[in-house]
Amino acid sequence: MPQLTYLEAIRQGIWEEMERDPTVFCLGEDIGIYGGAFKVTDGFIDRFGPERVIDTPIAESAIVGAAFGASLTGMRPVAEFQFMDFIGCAFNQISNMVAKTHYLWGAPAPLVLRGPSGGNVHGGPFHSQNPEMWFVHNPGLKVVCPATAYDAKGLIKASIRDNNPVVFFEHKYLYRRIKGEVPTEDYVVPLGKARRAREGRDLSIITYAAMLHTALEAAEILAKDGIDIEVLDLRTVAPLDREAIIETVRKTNKVIIVHEHSRTGGLAGEITAIINEEAFDDLDGPIIRVTALDTPVPFSPPQEEYFLPKVSDVVREARRLKAY
Amino acid sequence: MRKKEDLGKDRLIWIYTQMVRIREFEERVKRTFLEHPGAMRGHTHLGDGAEASIVGALATRNETDFVMPSYRCHGYPIVLGTPPRNMMAELYGRKDGLCKGFGGSMHLADPARYFPGTSGIIAAAIAHATGAALTAQVKNTGQVVYCFFGDGAAKQGGFFESVNMAACWKLPIVYVLENNEYQAYTHISLEDANCMAGDPLSKKAAAFSIPGVTVDGTDPLKVYEVVGEAVDRARSGQGPSLIESRFYRLSAHGNAITVPPAPTQFPEHEAIGVYGNKAEFQAAKANDPIQRFRSELIKNGVLSEAEASRIEQAARSEMDEAVQFALASPLPSPEEATNYVYA
Repeated sequence: MPQLTYLEAIRQGIWEEMERDPTVFCLGEDIGIYGGAFKVTDGFIDRFGPERVIDTPIAESAIVGAAFGASLTGMRPVAEFQFMDFIGCAFNQISNMVAKTHYLWGAPAPLVLRGPSGGNVHGGPFHSQNPEMWFVHNPGLKVVCPATAYDAKGLIKASIRDNNPVVFFEHKYLYRRIKGEVPTEDYVVPLGKARRAREGRDLSIITYAAMLHTALEAAEILAKDGIDIEVLDLRTVAPLDREAIIETVRKTNKVIIVHEHSRTGGLAGEITAIINEEAFDDLDGPIIRVTALDTPVPFSPPQEEYFLPKVSDVVREARRLKAY
Repeated sequence: MRKKEDLGKDRLIWIYTQMVRIREFEERVKRTFLEHPGAMRGHTHLGDGAEASIVGALATRNETDFVMPSYRCHGYPIVLGTPPRNMMAELYGRKDGLCKGFGGSMHLADPARYFPGTSGIIAAAIAHATGAALTAQVKNTGQVVYCFFGDGAAKQGGFFESVNMAACWKLPIVYVLENNEYQAYTHISLEDANCMAGDPLSKKAAAFSIPGVTVDGTDPLKVYEVVGEAVDRARSGQGPSLIESRFYRLSAHGNAITVPPAPTQFPEHEAIGVYGNKAEFQAAKANDPIQRFRSELIKNGVLSEAEASRIEQAARSEMDEAVQFALASPLPSPEEATNYVYA
């Protein structure tokens, strides 16, 4: 199987869906002639033409509104945000319309809202956020956060084929940093299904996106101490794969949740509540959160490093929990 | 009516000096990507090419008038008197930065100099500036707000919502739409309805029944006259105007963000890098507003060659010192990251 970067895997996934289905089209800022700020749609306009690879004005609210209207009338739009931070400009359309349409009208809205999120690139407070929780709290949306090249391609394809609106977060730190084997034949990764990224019996780390790699690195270090870590990659954060979460809790009885967005109101709180509701008796220790701090993403490099969860944080907390 | 003929020699030299200082600051920012690779992170967006427009507009300003530009914001505080060394330190994310290293290039603020703050979100500040004008009106302070934004921002809902509001309430604000021909990486001919119809972007003003004027933004004295009239109108209670100031952005949209430790880099201008149109870029370079104004001042006997050189040398020294200051300034301590979340 060929090795692809995370970015190339997403690019290929969208490309194949556009080849497969003429109702799929892309729109967004600088995605056509320039090929997108991160070059995810590089070369698309040459293959599919400006009717299906549309350079828009800088107008996120209208981009989402127009994508939504197109999705109601038979198209499958894939709208790019240059940075996912800018999705805030379109929040009303997404939260008040896109998310609720099927509930109100029974009308499917098959659109994908995608773009780069995440920190560790010193991009400052408007170019580094992980705003997935803004959307997890909106019933009706699916929220996808891939961590590997294989999943990135399989999930973007599944998202485009899904009849629900999907907010698709691509971690910009992983774009060209992560490579993996990606099949050449057609495949999808189902939405709403987690993946056991590492088998272990002592302790479970539940995570997703760039933090998967932080967790796996920590697990390797802990393995040398004889601590056997299981890592669950959620892949989709709405809807959550509750069964997979419960299954790993029942197996290891100890849980650390790692995410890159800030702590309060973060996904770790929701996962903790699910475990409390469904597997409280299986716990042999407190559920531990390793998250970013409750601040905006700092601009200055030493402060951003301080803000983000690190391998050493995971290792420290895992040792503490193992000894509990 | 303001007439450029009313500007005295000192004021003309002041305008030239500020233009040169802005250019030198931006040149130093750009050079840092080569001279100190990796030292400056995040996005920086430069205003070279905009100097005549910025300084011509601000030459009309009263000392307590607010200035609220977009994220491409380095030029304005330089004119307002903000020390470039603190601005430069901010761009490097250092402790002695204007915002203690918490803001970076796109998020400068100097409230004491009537520069309340800028945003990395396109068009966000158009609404903020409108609110500042509301304050001036409610408090009856006589202040005018100078709101600067790019042609890209003029396609955001925030632009239309704000200008309509300001027109309804006759707010004391001047909207300066800086048409530098590129919305990030895409040429204006592909994304602006007025441009595509062959109309000036100032035509948007008609939608709000306010004056809309297009001015050559490469000539500081023309900008002075046109913005001056709009400012006088705003200050006398007649409401907002929209000025389209046309010039050419002489650098690329901004540097590319890279994953550390890979150094950030400043790419070639989009005209060349994206559209392969070297001639367009070279024509703009040949029409450099600073060189043109310099020649004009020398021809008219306002400046001698030696005086012009002295101004340029002083700007070089000033910005060189700013870079040295920034590089010598410590990075903020990691633990400080949790400060300032609440007032």
